[in-house]
Amino acid sequence: MLQLSFKKPHPHVSHSLADLRPGEEAVLEHIDLPEDFARRLMELGFLPGSTIAAARSAPGGDPRVYRVDGSEIALRRETATRLHVRTFRS
Amino acid sequence: MSECHSGPTPATLPIVPGNGSANPDRRVVAIIGPPNAGKSTLFNRLTGLRQKVANFPGVTVEQRVGKARIGGKREVNLVDLPGVYSLDPRTEDERVTHDVLLGKMPGIPRPDAVLLVLDSTSLSRHLMLAAPVLGLGLPTLVILTMADELERRGGEVDCAALAKQLGAPVALVSAAKGEGLETVIEFLSGAFGVPTPVQLPVLQDVPRCRQWAQAVGSQARYRSPAPPIWTRRLDSVFLHPVLGPLIFLVVVVAVFQTIFTGAAPMMDAVEEAIAVSGQWIANLLPDSPVRSLLIDGVWSGVGSVVVFLPQILLLFLFIGILEDSGYLARAALIADRTMAKVGLQGKSFIPLLSAYACAVPAILATRTIENKRDRIATMLIAPFMTCSARLPVYTLIIAAFLPDRPLLGPVLGLRAAAMLALYVIGFLAAVVTARILKSSILKSDRTPFVLEMPPYRWPTVQSIGLRLIDRAKVFLRRAGTVILGVTVLLWILASFPMKDGQAPPIEESIAGAVGKSVEPLIQPLGFNWKVGIGLITSLAAREVIVGTLGTIYGMESESETEGLQQALQQDLSLAGAVALLIFFAFAMQCISTIAVVRRETGGWKWPVIQFAYMSGLAYVSALAAYQIVSRLG
Ligand SMILES: Nc1nc2c(ncn2[C@@H]2O[C@H](COP(=O)(O)OP(=O)(O)OP(=O)(O)O)[C@@H](O)[C@H]2O)c(=O)[nH]1
Ligand SMILES: [Mg+2]
Repeated sequence: MLQLSFKKPHPHVSHSLADLRPGEEAVLEHIDLPEDFARRLMELGFLPGSTIAAARSAPGGDPRVYRVDGSEIALRRETATRLHVRTFRS
Repeated sequence: MSECHSGPTPATLPIVPGNGSANPDRRVVAIIGPPNAGKSTLFNRLTGLRQKVANFPGVTVEQRVGKARIGGKREVNLVDLPGVYSLDPRTEDERVTHDVLLGKMPGIPRPDAVLLVLDSTSLSRHLMLAAPVLGLGLPTLVILTMADELERRGGEVDCAALAKQLGAPVALVSAAKGEGLETVIEFLSGAFGVPTPVQLPVLQDVPRCRQWAQAVGSQARYRSPAPPIWTRRLDSVFLHPVLGPLIFLVVVVAVFQTIFTGAAPMMDAVEEAIAVSGQWIANLLPDSPVRSLLIDGVWSGVGSVVVFLPQILLLFLFIGILEDSGYLARAALIADRTMAKVGLQGKSFIPLLSAYACAVPAILATRTIENKRDRIATMLIAPFMTCSARLPVYTLIIAAFLPDRPLLGPVLGLRAAAMLALYVIGFLAAVVTARILKSSILKSDRTPFVLEMPPYRWPTVQSIGLRLIDRAKVFLRRAGTVILGVTVLLWILASFPMKDGQAPPIEESIAGAVGKSVEPLIQPLGFNWKVGIGLITSLAAREVIVGTLGTIYGMESESETEGLQQALQQDLSLAGAVALLIFFAFAMQCISTIAVVRRETGGWKWPVIQFAYMSGLAYVSALAAYQIVSRLG
């Protein structure tokens, strides 16, 4: 929460979920994955507009656990890079 | 929790016409909910059955029907189903739920009502499933489980308000503790009322569904529970970059050491009991062929397998703790990278881990894998994982040929290390095979890996205890059927043709002739005809070889006083013993596995390929091992 800044993030800087540092939070903007798989992710709570936090990972940083909506869900890096987020960093 | 029984009382609602309402005892009620919500726990509570319950998503992969008593003699048929996130199936297990719900599953009539099981600690997300389920228009009771956990973590929900929002009655229960179940029984025994139609979102639109769920949740004054502190603390250790893998290793080594040393006294006790009771029965019977059958055939054959019961229970104890605590999902996470290298994903790791108990449920568990080719590859490699039926074979041979010496101080003994090595080569064979399959006939695009991490939970003494009891029953039943059957058959084949009314020396019997006929084939592996008979009988199930050797040595009069281990030392060289171990590590000696692979892949193609491949690999590796070791020594 310390990273909460009042400056708006730069509108053109797009991060992916995979860029989050452990403990960092971001808001999901859109999922760039095939329709049916994107639906499954949404059913698990990865909905545009929801806040996602990066948590622990397997040794080596991949896959990583993400906290969303009170649950913890592990994604591989290759999937996380397809989830575009808005971070609270400036 | 009784204040939580609320919502439209079923009695005031129109009764649905259907096959059910005519005869309440024929009514079918389906249990639907997201994975790991507690459906099977509830099912077990209501039916008294023992469906497998464990703390990771995707435990139940098949429908299971059970009768729930609802007061007096009345019963309803409950159907426990695999967990689903929505009603469009993506995997085979989800398809089962889908088919049962729509009445498409052969043998199960379309359900008359639904118990919608949602985890109250993740209600905002789980409520999304309420939209499609209520949309079916079937009488529905919404059950919010894990009430104890919700309360402990300071969450709250107003069931009456929720019931109003959903147009269906709501019950808050703790299936694990058996609290709040009266409401469920009441629902099951009452006339089912259809849900009051409420405004439901367009199902195809997930964000809308989510908004709807959010709105319903806040109307019901849902307060999400605080994050599970202990889960976070434990994860900071188990998923620590250095500590995590280290703990994993220590646990594995400890398990092997305990299986060897911890089980030994219990195994000695069982062995003693079998020997004493065998003597006792022998003294009661007059000397006759029947006595010979009973003592030499049945008692030494079946007994030599039953001895391993304590060891197998110990293994299941460890697997149970792993599964019930929630660590299994973390292990799958840690293993994902390795699995990715061979073209599979972390999800395949869960069936593979359960294959350490037995390949059959493991092959069923592959239903949770989305990609068909990944699923088949996982099925094909699962029997390489060291199942519990190999344990008796390994233990017997290792104990007969390796001294009980410490290897790494008191931490790891030589015998436990040899056992560990066998588990490792099985795993390596699986990994290499997966690699070959995934880069040739089963090549496919990489499927994304998504795995929900359940919170850690204490494994309860009761749930683990019940599992062990069930396991012991399965083991003893197998000993009493498959092993007994093979043993009796073997005794008959070994007793004929009679010579002057006497059983011939085994070498000259039918069994001996069969063993001799395969001897040329297995001699290069260092096995003689007796081991040959064992290899043939163990096609039924691996541990049968132990029973078979028990019978053969039991019938050979000169070795009567020796134990199985000593007798074995005379028949196998050290190199032969190594070859036999390796043969068993790779060979697919199990009819049940062949049958389940056939069923799950829908044909003979894959089981035939698998059997040929594994047998070939076993033969070649055992041959190489024998030739190398016998030259070294
Ligand atoms: N604290 C608590 N734990 C529960 C309760 N009900 C179930 N559990 C635990 O939740 C975990 C999952 O339970 P299951 O009954 O296997 O869940 P399921 O919905 O059948 O799961 P799948 O078959 O994988 O879909 C197990 O570890 C249970 O012990 C409950 O009321 N309270
Ligand atoms: Mg279940």
